[in-house]
Amino acid sequence: MNRTTRTFGSVTLGEKLPPLKIDVTAGLIVGGALASRDFTPVHHDKAAAQATGLPDIFMNILTSNGLMGRYVTDWTGPEAALKSIEVKLGAPNVPGMVMTITGEVTAKDDAAGTVIVSVSGDNNVWGTHMAGKVCVALPKES
Amino acid sequence: MTPAETSAFEAKIRAYVGREMGPPKRGNDDVNLAMIRHWAEVTGDENPLYTDAEFAAASSRKGIIAPPTMLGIWAMEGYPMAQGHTGKVDVQRELHNIFEAHGFTGVLGTNTITEFHRELRPGDQVISHTVIDNISAPKKTARGHGYFIETVTRFTDQHGQDVGRQVFRTLRFMPSAESVAANQAQSGGDAKLKAPTRIQSPRGHDNAWWWEAIDQGKLLIQRCKRCGTLRHPPRPMCGECQSLEWDSIESSLEGEVYSYTEVSYPKFPGYPDPLLCGLIQLKEGTRLVANIVGCVPEAVHVGMKVRGKVERVDDATVLPNFYPA
Ligand SMILES: [Zn+2]
Repeated sequence: MNRTTRTFGSVTLGEKLPPLKIDVTAGLIVGGALASRDFTPVHHDKAAAQATGLPDIFMNILTSNGLMGRYVTDWTGPEAALKSIEVKLGAPNVPGMVMTITGEVTAKDDAAGTVIVSVSGDNNVWGTHMAGKVCVALPKES
Repeated sequence: MTPAETSAFEAKIRAYVGREMGPPKRGNDDVNLAMIRHWAEVTGDENPLYTDAEFAAASSRKGIIAPPTMLGIWAMEGYPMAQGHTGKVDVQRELHNIFEAHGFTGVLGTNTITEFHRELRPGDQVISHTVIDNISAPKKTARGHGYFIETVTRFTDQHGQDVGRQVFRTLRFMPSAESVAANQAQSGGDAKLKAPTRIQSPRGHDNAWWWEAIDQGKLLIQRCKRCGTLRHPPRPMCGECQSLEWDSIESSLEGEVYSYTEVSYPKFPGYPDPLLCGLIQLKEGTRLVANIVGCVPEAVHVGMKVRGKVERVDDATVLPNFYPA
């Protein structure tokens, strides 16, 4: 990760963030579920996931949320501060998929020093896995 | 469920709306470095504020902070509650048990809205105050018939100060029998995920011949045998002379954009993005709807010269695509 931080003034409306590819593996799904203390069987037990009509275990929303936050702060740099994240899930992420996360600056609030990044995570098999908005405060100067 | 059973069930679940999950609850673990590191590792988050004490001390934060996305994690109940191993059942578990008993065995987190009011540091306590805020009307979803349950949690710290808020929406659904059967059939094996193909063309008595020619790599145009008028899409009768006799010619695939649109949201699995749909005026005089490919959406304009190519676009589909000429 780049350790310098973008300033509020350096960010332009409509600016696109570099895409990030995430390999969705069983390891990431189970690891994410456990690190978020989510022991719901569908996130680690294939038979339980299949009993709900899906082909395999699937990523929990907290991991999607964590990846969305990370995606934006990877771009801002460490001195930024996350203010809010809205995540809406679509198609599940199951092992074997590749999710590509993309983002665009869709709002800037001069008074608050915050920007909104609209983020989408699309997997290569079923399409949109997650869509949302991340609000992040940036320093005025570095 | 019969209508009477459904209303009894709905009365039962609706009684939970507005209820607190229990008294405010302190997380099983206070904010700590080990859980922070586990989360940073698995999400691939290399932000040094989370794991590099030296960097964090020299930063504006003057020390390590927890990734904000961990806010709700500090309050998670953990393994015993998820497995039903604990004797005690909280109000939320009780509600979920009612859904399960009525066949709504599927569960999916579908939305979260999280606000971070203050950054957390190792040693902070996180106390959650959760209310079951809303249960939706019954919904038909891609996963099956079900209800959305929305909880709102306010988080405070050891000083009683507000640190954040999270709205969490969960779908409880009755898994559709077909999708369960389809997925259990391939259980055991690790069947490769099938990439979706495009929606298949409906082939009927009057148009199957046209699609079969496409499968062979040819774009045909129907022609009246009596008066020679060309027509598309395929149909049994000539609009000019009402003759039912016809044959066809093969298109040169040369043409221009008569009109077009871009399908920008949502993205369809199996379809390209961006997805440009054109109405193509062929040199022969008829028009057809086809995708415009091989250029950025901004480059497309009415009157643009295009050249078609009948090509395979996925495992099950051959289509005429039009490229800038
Ligand atoms: Zn005719």
